[in-house]
Amino acid sequence: MREYFGELAAFLDGELTGDEVYTAGYRAEDSDFVRFNQSGVRQAGSVSQRSLSLDLIEGRRHATGSLTLTGQAAIDRERLRALVRDLRAKREHVPDDPLLLYATDPQSTVHAAEDRLPDSHEVVEQVLSQGTGRDLVGVYASGGTHRGFANSLGQHNWDSRYSFNLDWSFYSQGDKAAKASYAGFDWSADDFQERAQGAAEQLSVLAQPARTIPPGGYRVYLAPAALLEIVGMLSWGGFGLRAHRTKTTPLLRMIEEGATLDASVTIAENIEDGIAPGFQEAGFLRPPRVNLIVDGAYEDTLVSPRSSLEYGVPTNGASAAESPVSIELAAGRVPRSAVLAELGTGIFISNLWYLNYSDRSRCRTTGMTRFATFWVENGVIQAPLNVMRFDETVFRMLGENLSGLTRERELLLDSGTYGGRSTSSANLPGALVDDFVLTL
Amino acid sequence: MHQKLESVAARRDVVQPVRSNDDLGAMLTVIDGGGLGYAATADLSREGLRRAGELAREWARRTAERSVTRFEPPAERAPTGRYQSDVEQPWQDIPLSERIERVRRECARLKTDARILDWSAELWQVAEDTLYLTSEGGRIEQRFSLIVPDMRATANYKSETQTRSLGGGAFCGQGGLERLDDAGFDEAAPRIAREALALLDAPNCPSGVQDLLLAPDQMYLQIHESIGHPLELDRILGDERNYAGTSFVTLDMFGSYRYGSDLLNVSFDPTLPEQLASYAYDDEGTPARKEYVIQHGLLLRPLGGASSQARAGIGGVANARATSWNRPPIDRMANLNLEPGDSSFEELVGEVEHGVYMETNRSWSIDDSRNKFQFGCEYARLIRDGELGPVVRNPNYRGISSSFWRSLSGVGDRASVRMMGSPSCGKGEPNQAIRVGHAAPACLFRGVDVFGGA
Repeated sequence: MREYFGELAAFLDGELTGDEVYTAGYRAEDSDFVRFNQSGVRQAGSVSQRSLSLDLIEGRRHATGSLTLTGQAAIDRERLRALVRDLRAKREHVPDDPLLLYATDPQSTVHAAEDRLPDSHEVVEQVLSQGTGRDLVGVYASGGTHRGFANSLGQHNWDSRYSFNLDWSFYSQGDKAAKASYAGFDWSADDFQERAQGAAEQLSVLAQPARTIPPGGYRVYLAPAALLEIVGMLSWGGFGLRAHRTKTTPLLRMIEEGATLDASVTIAENIEDGIAPGFQEAGFLRPPRVNLIVDGAYEDTLVSPRSSLEYGVPTNGASAAESPVSIELAAGRVPRSAVLAELGTGIFISNLWYLNYSDRSRCRTTGMTRFATFWVENGVIQAPLNVMRFDETVFRMLGENLSGLTRERELLLDSGTYGGRSTSSANLPGALVDDFVLTL
Repeated sequence: MHQKLESVAARRDVVQPVRSNDDLGAMLTVIDGGGLGYAATADLSREGLRRAGELAREWARRTAERSVTRFEPPAERAPTGRYQSDVEQPWQDIPLSERIERVRRECARLKTDARILDWSAELWQVAEDTLYLTSEGGRIEQRFSLIVPDMRATANYKSETQTRSLGGGAFCGQGGLERLDDAGFDEAAPRIAREALALLDAPNCPSGVQDLLLAPDQMYLQIHESIGHPLELDRILGDERNYAGTSFVTLDMFGSYRYGSDLLNVSFDPTLPEQLASYAYDDEGTPARKEYVIQHGLLLRPLGGASSQARAGIGGVANARATSWNRPPIDRMANLNLEPGDSSFEELVGEVEHGVYMETNRSWSIDDSRNKFQFGCEYARLIRDGELGPVVRNPNYRGISSSFWRSLSGVGDRASVRMMGSPSCGKGEPNQAIRVGHAAPACLFRGVDVFGGA
């Protein structure tokens, strides 16, 4: 596939006229998707997709377009030729773009992983086996994801990975379920069985009568998957330079009032330890790490090429959306084995759900508890809880009310598949938080 | 499916790169021996389609004995038909330079004050052709043209930032550029800028249980989240429990459950030509027609296509839909509309002694059973003794679906109805974001928990 992209890039080189320059991006995947419900197969299939995006540039004028590739060279070349003609025609009607910035110092890279994935049908049998006698719902995704970049200046970047991502729940009763995931590059039946057993162990507690607690402030433990929802909300416009300069960042109080989070909170975009490609759509390489919040204080933002010119700050390889693709929160000191004891009396929250802002300027978020949420007394799980809505600010959750972060972290590979399989990830600890406000 | 998309935009008075996308591919579904398998490919050569067919067949055969149900071919074995969007002003008939000038001009009209730090106007158009074929001679051709306008202004003073927009991006519809007239695209900029600035100076929305009057550009999302999603039959059957969630609605409720007050009438209506998700056939080849899902507050039928109906043993609607060629169809709401009532907007305001009027959704959250929700809007005005009063900011409200709709006490008339929609409702594993339409009048609710910002 890398060779095919290279052939198309060479073809595009030959299509240029005059002083034209192009940048091109390539996205492809060959994925199996198997969806489960009630420990049976709901939908099973395979998706093969390839696309190329093109920015055709002359001076400071440019037009962008993308198209699906068939994999048939003659057809794809014809379609690309037509795209070039179309963009060239459109470019005649656009003014100079003062924010156009693309990499002009060719830095080529290759990351080509080995395909060690198991046969999907064999995995399906193992999953169904773990579902026997249980109510298993979820999805298995597996296959290669490929990203490429090329430009007419001779730069070529490539990133190929072969990963699987099994995301599932064991349902007990009603909306009570234990959620689990197993993702990576090397499938181990023993590892999967261990995770499945670990999830299944929660079922006996989930089967007990659920309690409803009144609204109020509670001490809680947010497991890494729950904290992911909060960090995910912050990533939605929180860490980009454009959001900071237009004052739309939910971390506005940090830049306007000097507000800080707890000194134990350090958040970074860590490309080195994630699975996202090390290059972005204009050809800039992503640095290994960008520190966003250090020891609770605002440090830096993600700067896309367009924002770089708009606000006069050097780009640091961020994509246009300026959202992290490989976020991490530094570990703390609380051993995971001591979490229940440290929690004492409160709520163990495995997952949060459907977060949004109730007051963005003050980083106030709302959302729901979901799946395995337990009432804990004196360090002992007592009963499952019915879902509750929370309304809290990040400045409280990860600030004045943060009681501790766990020493161990979890690398969570994003199971999202909108348009294509995600290559994002998050490496997060769990968090003990005081006076977490539940409202409904 | 062949989909072409083009967008033009301006932001902070800089014309943004013109964008286009051309997406073409096919989804092959095989039902064999009770199993179902699919394979999606963009290689439409004979060999490419043959390979995809083999993959799909293998999935069907190897999962036949392990499936959640015994899959059967759709009841409509050889449907034939056509559909095409009504278009008065085709996108392509207007030169690109004029489309760019239109967004540039409206963008420039948003910057009326130094406190406005971000401002933008955008238009995008989708042209989509779908071809549905069956091995028994079925052939359905549908052609869609969709228009999505957006416009917003963000104002800031110190630690307070407020954004006002053109319906939150929800004034999208089917047709051509005439849809922009429905949205008021060429008139909205001064009002959007003025209201963004007004929000900076406004007090927080007061907290308390009070009457709530919702504009159509908030009603559409209330309908979407707390009627549409809970009625999707595949959710009720448990398919979405690992991701999008389940529903507080159970199969035995249909025909007997009081979902809302007598004023609540909700229809699945794929027949309105200007609405975003209108079509003649769903993606299982079932002819689509208007059906009431709730009538006079009584829950009648779920939003489920033929496959789900077969699994559940209950009737539904033609709403098995896929977002694109690379995803299999699942139950999706399409156009789900709250039918108008008899009250003018002024009459609804006049019925409120102490309450709030809210416009334009900006925040949405609901539990996985579709019960406990919270919404936030961009803009609100107090209502006191039957009169609209001062502007308040950061208006939010929360409630529970099963009781909220029973507090519906006023429904706006046809004059207050606006056609809204979303181009990207997310659901499914693997995930897919699909277009949905919601027409709604202004609606009045009693005794709602309303609150402001932090």
